[in-house]
Amino acid sequence: MSGWQTLFYKEVLRFWKVGFQTVAAPVLTAVLYLLIFGHVLEDKVKIYDTIGYTAFLVPGLVMMSVLQNAFANSSSSLIQSKIMGSLVFVLLTPLSHWSWFVAYVGSSVVRGVLVGFGVFLVTVGFTGVHLVAPLWILVFAVLGAALLGALGVIAGLWAEKFDQMAAFQNFLIMPMTFLSGVFYSIHSLPSFWQTVSHLNPFFYMIDGFRYGFFGLSDISPWTSLAIVGTALVVVSAIAVHLLRIGYKIRN
Amino acid sequence: MPAISFQSVSKTYAGSRSGTSPFRALDDVSFDIAEGEFFGLLGPNGAGKTSLISILAGLSRASSGRVTVHGHDVQSDSAQARRKLGVVPQELVFDPFFNVREALRIQSGYFGVRNNEAWIDELLDSLGLADKANSNMRQLSGGMKRRVLVAQALVHRPPVIVLDEPTAGVDVELRQTLWQFIAKLNKQGHTVLLTTHYLEEAEALCTRIGMLKQGRMVALAETSELLKSASSNVLRFKVDRELPPALARTARVTGRIVQLPAQGALEIEQYLAAVRQAGLTVEDVEIRKADLEDVFLQVMAAERNPDALVA
Repeated sequence: MSGWQTLFYKEVLRFWKVGFQTVAAPVLTAVLYLLIFGHVLEDKVKIYDTIGYTAFLVPGLVMMSVLQNAFANSSSSLIQSKIMGSLVFVLLTPLSHWSWFVAYVGSSVVRGVLVGFGVFLVTVGFTGVHLVAPLWILVFAVLGAALLGALGVIAGLWAEKFDQMAAFQNFLIMPMTFLSGVFYSIHSLPSFWQTVSHLNPFFYMIDGFRYGFFGLSDISPWTSLAIVGTALVVVSAIAVHLLRIGYKIRN
Repeated sequence: MPAISFQSVSKTYAGSRSGTSPFRALDDVSFDIAEGEFFGLLGPNGAGKTSLISILAGLSRASSGRVTVHGHDVQSDSAQARRKLGVVPQELVFDPFFNVREALRIQSGYFGVRNNEAWIDELLDSLGLADKANSNMRQLSGGMKRRVLVAQALVHRPPVIVLDEPTAGVDVELRQTLWQFIAKLNKQGHTVLLTTHYLEEAEALCTRIGMLKQGRMVALAETSELLKSASSNVLRFKVDRELPPALARTARVTGRIVQLPAQGALEIEQYLAAVRQAGLTVEDVEIRKADLEDVFLQVMAAERNPDALVA
């Protein structure tokens, strides 16, 4: 294996060794969301004429799991190794900033997609399979996970303490995920909050991802793709720049 | 071409928001280390040793100056410079997710070294880690973790080995194992840069020594030259009470043990006479040759840079 491949492998091995916590636990959490919200709201909320609420909820929960776990992977790896000092083993190597980026973001995509697939496999048993355009599903899952993986790199470099990381996760990632249409269609919101939702890049990831399941979405998947792609490029550029200058890791 | 070259290296740490003023950790430090040399970098805590090694390893950037490893600039040609370096960090750090063999395989892979099992096995054997190869890093004692750090630094067979206080807080057995192994690598042509507070180790191992004080190189010479430059003898004895102030100024006192630098018999007689005159009881008198610790203390005690020691 080359240098970046080793770092990628090590990052995948790192989360896989604690798979109960990093893969199984988020799958269980998503299933609980589905059972509780699906049970309570199935007969009360109708979003698309032909699709029940529980079925509508599945893609949102899958994508939410993809995004949250992709972010958790790169961010937690960096902050842990910074605080424990073991990041020095990577800092002392000839690995370029691109190698770091590809390895950290790539492993985040693997974890995000793996957890998402797990959530899909378990939840689909409750709702049946809807897969109108699988390619859209794959594209949005990978792009969304990469975007959150890159955001995790930025957060992991920036945070100096676990509570700073927790703040990033709880006050930014979590609200943006929950307010992106995981549990509802933004058409059900008042017009002001619809406008606000359009400023949230997470909305486009989930809406485009959901299009792949039902062939229905709040906006065109092409528009979502363009916005998610642009966001990925911008966030990646920032992450690569911070890695290149050794932001908070090379003194 | 030198194995390592420090050229007018300075490092200033910016003051913090809480009001601490900027701190100059290194001040125009220049010296070369030749290929195959065993070089000792000494200095009290805060002298700048770790700052210098951090700059060499690419963990930190110099405020000014240039550092090269086998001719490769550690900033502009960092990948090549790092390939040539194996650094044992001072802190006892480890990755808790992996066992010893995995940690070594991964470190090897970072450098793109494939099919490295034979060398990994040799490192495990040489450092007494063979029976711990499949143990998780968390299960190892401090000394064992230190051995793994050494193995990780050597896993890509670097021509230059940097050991930043590798024997701090470790037992005698590890010290002996480590020094035998490092001495063997040095004989095979590896360059070694060592920082340590154990001056007897430095005296025994290093062919040349540099001493840092407050960020400045205050002594740089062959170990034998440094020893010659010191007072040739040391008078050592035990006393029952405090020394008179005139003697205390020049003495090295450890509990009841007093050590005084002395050039010859006359000076020794004068010291003993002064002690008797002060009414102290003297026991276990001995005269020994000056060692590196005596040189170190003399250099550190000097007000100004002793240019005579910089060769």
